Amino acid sequence: MLGKTAGGLYWMFRFLERSENTARLVEAGFRIALTRSSDPASEWKSVVTTAGVRTNYDAKYDSYSAASVVDFLLRDTTNPSSVISAMEKARTNARMVRTALTTEVWEAVNESWMRLKDVLKPPVKETALPEILGEIRRHCALVRGAMQGTMLRNDIYDFTQIGTALERADNTARIIDVKYYTLLPSASFVGSALDNVQWETILRSVSAHRSFRWLNNDEMTPATVAEFLILDSRFPRSLSFCSRNLEDNLNFLAKDYGVRLPCHDMIDAQRDKLRHHTITSIFDEGLHQFITEFISDNNAIGQQIEKDYRFIG
Amino acid sequence: MLLNSDGVRAPYAEYQKWFSQEDAARLTRKSKEAEAFFRRTGITFNVYGQAAAQERLIPFDLIPRIISNREWTKLSKGIAQRVRAINAFLHDIYHRQEILRAGIVPVELISRNEAFLPQMIGVTPPGRVYTHIVGTDIVRTGEDDFFVLEDNARTPSGVSYMLENRETMLHMFPELFSQIKVQPVSDYPKNLRRSLAACAPENCGGKPTVAILTPGIHNSAYFEHSFLADQMGVELVEGHDLRVVDGHIAMRTTEGYQVIDVLYRRVDDDYLDPLNFKPESMLGVPGIMDVYRAGNITIANAPGTGIADDKAIYSYMPDIVEFYTGEKAILKNVQTWRCSEADALKYVLDNLADLVVKEVHGSGGYGMLVGPAASKKELASFAAKLRRNPSNYIAQPTLSLSTVPIFAKKGLAPRHVDLRPFVQVSPNGMNITPGGLTRVALKAGSLVVNSSQGGGTKDTWVLED
Repeated sequence: MLGKTAGGLYWMFRFLERSENTARLVEAGFRIALTRSSDPASEWKSVVTTAGVRTNYDAKYDSYSAASVVDFLLRDTTNPSSVISAMEKARTNARMVRTALTTEVWEAVNESWMRLKDVLKPPVKETALPEILGEIRRHCALVRGAMQGTMLRNDIYDFTQIGTALERADNTARIIDVKYYTLLPSASFVGSALDNVQWETILRSVSAHRSFRWLNNDEMTPATVAEFLILDSRFPRSLSFCSRNLEDNLNFLAKDYGVRLPCHDMIDAQRDKLRHHTITSIFDEGLHQFITEFISDNNAIGQQIEKDYRFIG
Repeated sequence: MLLNSDGVRAPYAEYQKWFSQEDAARLTRKSKEAEAFFRRTGITFNVYGQAAAQERLIPFDLIPRIISNREWTKLSKGIAQRVRAINAFLHDIYHRQEILRAGIVPVELISRNEAFLPQMIGVTPPGRVYTHIVGTDIVRTGEDDFFVLEDNARTPSGVSYMLENRETMLHMFPELFSQIKVQPVSDYPKNLRRSLAACAPENCGGKPTVAILTPGIHNSAYFEHSFLADQMGVELVEGHDLRVVDGHIAMRTTEGYQVIDVLYRRVDDDYLDPLNFKPESMLGVPGIMDVYRAGNITIANAPGTGIADDKAIYSYMPDIVEFYTGEKAILKNVQTWRCSEADALKYVLDNLADLVVKEVHGSGGYGMLVGPAASKKELASFAAKLRRNPSNYIAQPTLSLSTVPIFAKKGLAPRHVDLRPFVQVSPNGMNITPGGLTRVALKAGSLVVNSSQGGGTKDTWVLED
């Protein structure tokens, strides 16, 4: 496979994942902003921070209102991480690597792009927001479904999974990073309404509020929430799950190509770290520091993969 | 089927039977479906200089253009003869130049021609094939009156529309194809891969690796490039994926550099190699011409092929065909005035309103004048351009082109068409896909069929008799 094609597949799926994650962040923000106990401006601010677009946002707006944050994150083409920009980039990458995709996958991404471009053309009315967010998620699921159902399980597939896993891990880690203070046992008033809302928001922004309850008997404490997001290998957006997914797919490549590369050592190191930690040891070491390191390791692995598999010349 | 008084032409008889029983509302719905289908599959082309409409659809007309097997047999014989002559001409022009010595083609037409590449002198590609893929533009003025309009021997495009139009028709009207026996076109990509592989350099050991070189996703024909790569099962590469490795051209893969034996390039000569041609080109591969001259890669079509489809050379084609094949040309040429000649220029200027004037190196319908459709002002400004640089232009009469029906808002309506059949050439022989791309001028009375100028396309049927 061409290095460029591997890169195109990787980025196509990173951007697809990003647009879905951004939609989910907006959804969680929208909900928490509606609760009386919260301070909407500070919630929208943390949504913008989690999306990693604070600098761009602050350059354009003076305050954090629902309307401007939603507009910026969903349909602003000057924001490179907005849903519409990410979809556009996913589709451009898909066009570039079209020969590596099945017709079903290409049509799914092309159709999604056409539809979302239409839907996000006029400013988003608050009443229409839930429906639009649902539409975004449905379209991302459509592409993923087409891929699961039609693509060969070869190196092409591996690179799409690698892109997805890295982006997803980055997203979950950034959510924890921005909200880590609400997860610190010392800072929390266990059981207070505010904390419950905060944790609920975190879980919602990774679509996990139901599965968390299911698995934890509704025992919502900082430790159980953090453990779920970081270490629970059953939850498809936990750091541990993403990391294992990344490891699996990098190993498939190593087997397929018959060669192990520096990125394999890096993922091994990350896996070891996650395996040897418990949630207690993470809190002892410092949650913030742990997450910051994870984000930086994750980025470094991504860059090493680009180099090892010759995405660019 | 034709709206002329002489009734339905024979090849259309069966189709007419089907059509007359169809409901217009259903066909209108089908026509809309086809458009949605094209959008979803992304069969678009990019129009230069139109940011808002960057990706546009080529309008598709659902009435097929139908050619009988007898007509096709004659047509394909004529095309094969012409393509044989073109390859012989190219070999001659870059070697002994017998045709110049014989005084049949004037020396200055070659030596002062931008499409002539001195870098190609003495180079013989495998099997002496210079033009591997040809798309001859044909028009017709009456029963059996076929004219060649252009030879398109360098990088003809449009074959993806030939294939997709047929797919669309099969999808929309499957019943038609069980009633009427139409020769298939779907083997084109598979055959092209074989044909190109057969042109691999002689020193290529093992199974040749074929790749398609595209200028990238912003090129107007990018869809076609990726479509072909996909259908042929070969890599679609850009210049920055390639480099010279140990005297060969190799592509950067996830596992290192892999040698390419045959490169089907959709990049113009000028941009192919910044070391040998335009130094500012970002689309090509530095040094590829040296690898080519050393015989370590086959480039299809060969660099310098444009010297054969240049519009000024065109006027000599009947003589060229006769010179190399010893036969009279089967297909006619359209009468052509070469504006570089004083008498011709005078005639063209005097009769501008009745003529079509084209740039010698132009394509895509850009920069041409259709006299009968031009305003006085346009005629005057074109005349000025013509006087400034006469050798840049040729002129042709507006032919009374035959029409075929299209499915218009108010029912069937006649429109002018041309036809571009596609030819594959290898040392093993020539293969002409039965059919081709029919382009249709959608505006009533218009003669310009280019997609960049608002033309549309049709499926083209060659019947099995």
